[in-house]
Amino acid sequence: MKIHEYQAKEILRQYGVVTPRGIACFSVDEAVSAAQNLGGKVWVVKAQIYAGGRGKGGGVKVARSLEEVRQLAGDMLGMRLVTHQTGSDGQTVRRLFIEEGVNIAREYYVGMVVDRGNQRVCLMASAEGGMDIEQVAAQTPEKIHKVYIDPIAGLTDLEALTVAEKIGLPDISRSEAAALLKNLYQAFDDKDASLVEINPLALTTDHHVLALDAKMNFDDNALFRHPEIVALRDLDEEDPAEIEAARHDLSYIPLDGNIGCLVNGAGLAMATMDIIKLYGGNPANFLDVGGGATAEKVTAAFKLMLKNPKLTAILVNIFGGIMKCDVIAEGVVQAAREVQLTVPLVVRLEGTNVQIGKRILADSGLAVISADNMADAAQKAVNAAAAHG
Amino acid sequence: MSILINQNSRVMTQGITGKTGQFHTRMCREYANGNQCFVAGVNPRKPGEDFEGIPVFATVKEAKEATGANVSVIYVPPPHAAAAIDEAVNAELDLVICITEGIPVRDMIRTRYKMLDKKTRLIGPNCPGIITPDEIKIGIMPGYIHKKGRIGVVSRSGTLTYEAVAQLMEQGLGQSTCVGIGGDPVNGLKHIDVMQLFNEDDDTDAVLMVGEIGGTDEEDCALWIKAHMRKPVVGFIAGVTAPPGKRMGHAGAIISGGKGTAQEKLAVMEECGIKVTRNPAEMGKLLKSTLG
Repeated sequence: MKIHEYQAKEILRQYGVVTPRGIACFSVDEAVSAAQNLGGKVWVVKAQIYAGGRGKGGGVKVARSLEEVRQLAGDMLGMRLVTHQTGSDGQTVRRLFIEEGVNIAREYYVGMVVDRGNQRVCLMASAEGGMDIEQVAAQTPEKIHKVYIDPIAGLTDLEALTVAEKIGLPDISRSEAAALLKNLYQAFDDKDASLVEINPLALTTDHHVLALDAKMNFDDNALFRHPEIVALRDLDEEDPAEIEAARHDLSYIPLDGNIGCLVNGAGLAMATMDIIKLYGGNPANFLDVGGGATAEKVTAAFKLMLKNPKLTAILVNIFGGIMKCDVIAEGVVQAAREVQLTVPLVVRLEGTNVQIGKRILADSGLAVISADNMADAAQKAVNAAAAHG
Repeated sequence: MSILINQNSRVMTQGITGKTGQFHTRMCREYANGNQCFVAGVNPRKPGEDFEGIPVFATVKEAKEATGANVSVIYVPPPHAAAAIDEAVNAELDLVICITEGIPVRDMIRTRYKMLDKKTRLIGPNCPGIITPDEIKIGIMPGYIHKKGRIGVVSRSGTLTYEAVAQLMEQGLGQSTCVGIGGDPVNGLKHIDVMQLFNEDDDTDAVLMVGEIGGTDEEDCALWIKAHMRKPVVGFIAGVTAPPGKRMGHAGAIISGGKGTAQEKLAVMEECGIKVTRNPAEMGKLLKSTLG
């Protein structure tokens, strides 16, 4: 799960991570009075969307008067902010964060993620702050300093100080930076984060260290013990189809193509998308109905796929194990009746109770294109989609 | 022979009294030698009871002492599953198979850390389990699609593994052991660990390796294969069409920071001498073609 920058900073401040003072706003008037309340002469107006790369997309601007705050807030609210992470449609800006201006001497990068290879949280830090860190990592990996954090001891003073030194923070600011890093890890660990990024971490002209930006993602598997994080969820930032899918406990990701896929199991679902592409088609979605699919779930899955106007065929690929093919077949029949199927439907069933499942489909009177194996199914789906589209 | 489990394995079920634990313990017991193999259950609140004749103990340690069980399979719900693994590790079982899906990564990081100097091997979590066909099945895979043979299978997925097994069967190829290592980012045995075991197994002639996007496990395994493997290996990676930054169902199946793409994995595997296919319908055929 993702949250906004201002929410991440709120959490991090609870752990003693220093950030500029700021106020979240939903309207232009709120933005102006936020700037007034903050005081000072310089403010930063920041669009709040989940995607990164906001600065380059025009979603982070400096204002030097209240009038400028008003103008920038007016420009930003409601705009579709396009960044390298939003896709070409961009994301509508509905919230702003007004922050006090800070005199920056230098910018650094700090991030924490779970490292699968070492099975620990990895602290990454670099002198190349504010930049596209993925580019730094790809081109000059030696500029990124890493610490694999012992889960029991946590980030030690020595490790934190060493990192601060390695990225070139001046002597006078290192202990402050080390404290910030330790607090950051504490927040990461306590809140079951999957990613924390401070980009940039700023060194001010008076030698203080603070988190100028903040990004936090959380482990979905751990949300059951963090109602306070779940409460921060902003549904406006999420794809409505994915929200709807989650309500039915379906794993669904919309893609650009036209052939809907309904599959049990994530690996098989990906493989089904791959084979469609290999045979010249284009998958419209990833959809894993999971191991315990019921007729209702299958119906919900069909409805989701059919909301896509680009859809020209559906491919159902089920390898029944615990999930029985007859249950799936009944779900398909029920769904097809309920939702007025308007595109060709290719079904490949294999595994437990496959014969009963095939008979249910055959007896249903539905115009189901039956397939014998994965290759056959993909070929038939691609052909049917082309003929229909 | 086989790897990790055979008809002499003695298995306890942690979480035997839950719906999932009951269902799958029953199915595993009905498979091949399951009746002799599944000897105990664990539930701290129900010691002294039994599940269809299988005695239930309060702790893993007690179950081990009373029955000689050396393997555990876990169906405990996510909030308590990591603690269940810890308990099995502390009781010094040989092997723990954790089926549970949805364990917090933070819990698994701690559990894996505590396992560092312990003898217990872990398969999973979030996996279908492991089967040595016609001997023993521990997990949720449909037993009847398998047949005893000489091909090893290792995979991060569930149903895609069944698909792979079905394709082997179409080619008339049985399996020595099939291991589902699971789809979580922090887990127990990885491709490389299972590959090493297959390499040493006299009854495995070739290995089918099924991977997916995310992480570098397949690459690590491929480099090991290049240096050490004495048997043919065939590979497939799911997710060539997966967009970056989107989690494809499994917690571990995500392309992040430009790393973990299927193309990259396939390229490394090919460089290391593994025969790969980009067509998931060709896994069985390709494996068959490598056998003399």
